[in-house]
Amino acid sequence: MSQPIRFSEQSVRALQDPRLREALRRALEDLRGKWARATGDLPHFDALRDRAKQIKAHTLQNLDRYLEQLEAQVQQRGGVVHWARDAEEACTTVVGVCRSAGARTVVKSKSMLTEEIELNQALERAGIRVVETDLGEFVVQLDGDRPSHLIAPIIHKRREEVAALFSRHLGTPADAPVEVLTRAARAHLRQAFLTAEVGITGANFLVAETGSVVLVENEGNARLVTALPRVHIAVAGIEKVIPRLQDLAVFLPVLVRSATGQKLSSYISVLSGPRRPGEVGGPEAFHLVLVDNRRTAVLADPDLREALQCLRCGACLNACPVYERVGGHTYGWVYGGPIGAVLTPKLRGVTQAAQLPYASTLCGACREVCPVRIDIPRMLVQLRAQVVASGGIRPTERLVMRLLGWILRSPARYRFGGRLARVVQRAVWGERPIRALPGPLRAWTRMRDFPPLAPRTFRERWRTWRTPDRRS
Amino acid sequence: MGQTQHRGRPAHVALFVTCLVDQFCPEVGEATVAILERAGVRVAFPEAQTCCGQVLLNDGFHREATALARRFVETFAPYEAVVAPSGSCVALVREFYPQLLRGTALEERAREVAHRTYELGEFLVQVLGVTQLGARFRARVTYHPSCHLLRGLGAAACAERLVRNVEGAEFVPLRCPEACCGFGGIFSVKFGAISEAMLLDKLADLEATGAQVVVSTDVSCLLHLRGALGRRNSPLRTLHLAELLNAREP
Repeated sequence: MSQPIRFSEQSVRALQDPRLREALRRALEDLRGKWARATGDLPHFDALRDRAKQIKAHTLQNLDRYLEQLEAQVQQRGGVVHWARDAEEACTTVVGVCRSAGARTVVKSKSMLTEEIELNQALERAGIRVVETDLGEFVVQLDGDRPSHLIAPIIHKRREEVAALFSRHLGTPADAPVEVLTRAARAHLRQAFLTAEVGITGANFLVAETGSVVLVENEGNARLVTALPRVHIAVAGIEKVIPRLQDLAVFLPVLVRSATGQKLSSYISVLSGPRRPGEVGGPEAFHLVLVDNRRTAVLADPDLREALQCLRCGACLNACPVYERVGGHTYGWVYGGPIGAVLTPKLRGVTQAAQLPYASTLCGACREVCPVRIDIPRMLVQLRAQVVASGGIRPTERLVMRLLGWILRSPARYRFGGRLARVVQRAVWGERPIRALPGPLRAWTRMRDFPPLAPRTFRERWRTWRTPDRRS
Repeated sequence: MGQTQHRGRPAHVALFVTCLVDQFCPEVGEATVAILERAGVRVAFPEAQTCCGQVLLNDGFHREATALARRFVETFAPYEAVVAPSGSCVALVREFYPQLLRGTALEERAREVAHRTYELGEFLVQVLGVTQLGARFRARVTYHPSCHLLRGLGAAACAERLVRNVEGAEFVPLRCPEACCGFGGIFSVKFGAISEAMLLDKLADLEATGAQVVVSTDVSCLLHLRGALGRRNSPLRTLHLAELLNAREP
């Protein structure tokens, strides 16, 4: 694939952008407050999260069975199921369906998977006009930008930027208030809804039992995308399947509360196949494209399988102190924040994203808010081992760590190493505070003094201080 | 998150002093021993101990970290309980040791030792049931719970309770106690700029309290904060929980 992701360099750039910092700080403060209120007022929220995790783990354990059940159910309801090994196959399939439907315009609702497989670009290459209908994604598309958050794609943009963008493209006044902007978008999108031959959505859940696609949204655009065009194509990762319709009673509250802090979203659509005889609404044809794109490789990794339980709610991004400072684009691909630091190396290869697993203090805020209790810090630590194993670490760092491991393995070497370090410290700094260190440690001493080693270690002092315990 | 288990009150514990305390802050180790003894527990210091291996594990050198996990488990297995003046090292022992030693002869023992390894404040409050140690300290004090104590062990409230019970100390809480200070070990070297941004917010929160002293259970956070406070010539001092609890100011 392309160039390796340079998180560190990008983060420095992001940190120097005061407008980005301000936009993120404000939005995340708001989202964190909403999360706290929404999860605090549901007494059995933690029990629901445990249950949600259990169901996801069970489903992934039996993924083959549930996917086959899903396929059979979709077919029985008159839908067509396509399997796509990778992004290219998925895009080719979707383009093929659009072409045979004679599509010149497609409308889309928000989907991270279609970002992942770069479906819009593929459709445009095929001469098909694509219109994003989620307001945030619409702004992203107008601006030739990329979403920087799983559920709030333009969290990095301020209102003034959107007003300027709309003024250029839709002719609204440059200082138009939000109401005017949304009305302009609505008028523009309404036209697209009425002309599009195909509607494309992702899926929040796929129900194996009924062959249903479940869409969770607030703007009603996904409902129009699936109701007005003649053909509906849902593109979803294979991990989106859940066993039964009744499992939604567990997943919907944890997803919606974790994502937006609402009790329930404004719209929840459960779509089971195309329009049947006697029905008045819905598409004439329904296609489900099930995408692997290295998900089976994640499934095969027992240490990281848990990542496939992700509901894409964005709560871990909102809670993350690193995401808060650098924003989603810094992570270099569609999935940002803590879950992105896990998914990107697995979906694109660890050597492509070797810095991402390290881009965390392992503070654990992500794990605490996750609706399915994914242990992201643990997975980041596991991934770091995979980075080391794949040679994704500098030779000097490798040498230092190996040496440190060798020293720490033996109390004698540990004691000797401590003494040696003290000799060096006395010779170079004497009694002065350590204000500057060379090499990579310079990053530490830019803003902080480095702590000097104590003249004598605890164990030396212990020996003279008291008779050691017999057992020690 | 490891679960702790203890039957009865241990009379004899082993001190895991941690490499940072051993090398940088031996006075914290001595204060820890003094407090444990005041609480009526005999303390041993097994000299075969070195380091929990956190820096190696967190940098991805799991084979090297596993060797240290093995050393730790073998060194501390004979003791009724292990106490460390660090939430971070204890969280590592509980969360990762059984996993690192999975499939080896030491796996079960690792689990047992992990269950008997405690952070100091957690041990005092949850195991010994001690919340008052007769400490006297005249200052405005704030408390920074380390992330691994707070979210790894779920034991941040223990230390806070001990801090609040110190006679003479005026407790002023942080506005955002749960925010990470930005250290993260190797993180602060690899991503210096992000670490600094997090640190600046933490320093602003600390300074806004008007406290004279910030207390924490982990010298990793404290050395990080101290290094920055020193550079800014800030009057704010850092103090480990053990030192605060051992204070006997008139």
